[in-house]
Amino acid sequence: MDQVQDFLKANGADDIVHQNILDEASVKFNIPPGVIEEAALNANLLPARYQRNRNTISIEQQYALFKSRVVVIGCGGLGGHVIEGLARLGVGTIVAVDPDHFEEHNLNRQILCTLGTLGQLKTAAAAARVRKINPAIMIVSVPQALRSGNAARILSGCDVVVDALDSIPVRVELARACAELSIALVHGAIAGWFGQIAIQLPGEQTVLDLLEKCGNKIGIEKEIGNPSFAPAVVAGLQTAEACKIITNKDSSMKGRILFIDLLDMHFEEIRFE
Amino acid sequence: MHIQIKLFATLRKDRFDTDQREYTAGTTVLVVLNDLVIPEGEAAIIFVNGKHAGTDHVMLDGDTLSIFPPIGGG
Repeated sequence: MDQVQDFLKANGADDIVHQNILDEASVKFNIPPGVIEEAALNANLLPARYQRNRNTISIEQQYALFKSRVVVIGCGGLGGHVIEGLARLGVGTIVAVDPDHFEEHNLNRQILCTLGTLGQLKTAAAAARVRKINPAIMIVSVPQALRSGNAARILSGCDVVVDALDSIPVRVELARACAELSIALVHGAIAGWFGQIAIQLPGEQTVLDLLEKCGNKIGIEKEIGNPSFAPAVVAGLQTAEACKIITNKDSSMKGRILFIDLLDMHFEEIRFE
Repeated sequence: MHIQIKLFATLRKDRFDTDQREYTAGTTVLVVLNDLVIPEGEAAIIFVNGKHAGTDHVMLDGDTLSIFPPIGGG
């Protein structure tokens, strides 16, 4: 690996290394792109794609992101935007979980759904998209529905779970599994002009407590649908929270739930005790 | 007694976003829901002064009651 890092340093510009050099190193040393990107970050070289992360995310934090594994449960409206955001952020391993295929009614808001991906598994479209953004990222497709029986296996070894589901009872199961496995969870949900976000850190069951209050109630999205902008907003907030958890930044979301009203352009927080 | 009520999302339709109302001592959350004609199925998350509360919770003077509908879409 020293040889690889020497090559990257010799061909880098200051502490920046461009994509063509990373690609060249991958071919020259016959090493996968992910190992090359990790070697660069480990040598305090910043892949040029992350230049605009500078002063927001340090090289050390960029390395932590690359070493992290994030599971996204649901690859629809929220999940598509979250996966896009995580890939561009530089999360090294993304596990995309969803049993569904794209249908026409997904075109209004699901960023991975195009005329070209209609009929495809959502996880397959997610994998193809991530590979186009950055081949160094490991994308694991799990075309299955999350159940209590497979949750431990799917969530195993991950740093953060992102709840991008579309069913309150399954969200409850996910929050329970994360609480039992002591894994950080970033919850987000949308309906029409509205959304909500909350986090549950290891040792907490805040999101579980919140969602259990909803029980088997039917979400208002069944009546009012979901337009294009709501998933983009809430997924952006979820991705920011995932980033903070991975890079050990304090999150003010601890102990709060944030309700988003895009109709009145109002964010309301409730601090729960 | 004075109760501040905050409604969110679709619960505001044909009602209000924030209102101050007078109730008699011993009023429960359920009484307020009935007063506002909010079916229990539409009141998913209920907070009184930032704490989770059930529909049988007894309100006190000066309490803030926040009611949210169930949101589950992705």
